[in-house]
Amino acid sequence: MFDLFARVFGREDASKDVAKERLRLVLVHDRASLSPQVLDDLKTDLLKVISKYLDIDQEGFQVEFSRHDESMALVANIPIKRRRV
Amino acid sequence: MGEAIVITSGKGGVGKTTTTANIGAGLAQAGSKVALIDADIGLRNLDVVMGLENRIVYDLVDVVEGFAKLRHALIKDKRFDNLQLLPAAQTRDKTAVSPEQMKDLVETMKEEFDYVLIDSPAGIEQGFKNAIAGADKALVVATPEVSSVRDADRIIGLLEANDKRKPYLIINRIRPAMVKRGDMMDIDDMIEILAVELIGVVPEDEAIVVSTNRGEPAVMNQNSRAGEAYRQITRRLRGEEVAFPKLEEESSLFGRIRRMMGLKG
Repeated sequence: MFDLFARVFGREDASKDVAKERLRLVLVHDRASLSPQVLDDLKTDLLKVISKYLDIDQEGFQVEFSRHDESMALVANIPIKRRRV
Repeated sequence: MGEAIVITSGKGGVGKTTTTANIGAGLAQAGSKVALIDADIGLRNLDVVMGLENRIVYDLVDVVEGFAKLRHALIKDKRFDNLQLLPAAQTRDKTAVSPEQMKDLVETMKEEFDYVLIDSPAGIEQGFKNAIAGADKALVVATPEVSSVRDADRIIGLLEANDKRKPYLIINRIRPAMVKRGDMMDIDDMIEILAVELIGVVPEDEAIVVSTNRGEPAVMNQNSRAGEAYRQITRRLRGEEVAFPKLEEESSLFGRIRRMMGLKG
């Protein structure tokens, strides 16, 4: 009865979903042997290099790991304000 | 020529030793000739879980150092004459043995036994490297908890880096009622995260504590749910196709009454 009650009112806070989400994030870093701190350093360096050539929107600049089944990729989203001539 | 299987997990306390004891006894029960190696040097426990602690004379380190012959160190299980245990040394540490020595030992044992099961210590250091050195196949034990799954993922990566075949996953101590509530990761969640093939799902079962108290593997107990899960793993290891049964809820009084009334919970 309680189960039914809980389901009717939705249990989006089911703790297993929290566990899965946290695991997904931590494993991405574990698998790449790269801590969030090192990833931050990498972002800063990337930003420096690209800024030499392009005017980047620093607010929207994003670098993340992304996992597709067995393989991993580093995905960067780099919004450009304007070409630096 | 037999097959060497290492049972490992990374994290401690998730049930490596219990799993080794039960699969070993299960394989022996099914008629295979089985040897168990306790590779947890300095923290031996497979002997007590098997109920063989009073019969140890020599150990793994004695054999590797040439101080004792293998057949003198192997302890015969009285319940199954085709099951033997090579205990770990208790007064030494992991550095007493090298991966090369372990590999040679396992190779020798594979000539005589159908299955050589190696109980790995927790961790990823030398003890783990020793344990996997001679193994043809690896079983990774993980419980549906964040810390255990994280460590299992690390171990799977290390096994692959060491040129081992893709390991198989044993999900241990799963609690169907919690899974149903959404408060525990289920089988699909764990397979999705770890991306390995499943070989067994063992439910949480008080019978494990009782059987460990007595030194009698639960696989011998026909009424134990965990024992049944171990019997299924045993059959899968022997090459049988065994379907994974649906997880059943712990039999609460309420559940039992409902089932008696023919109502499905």
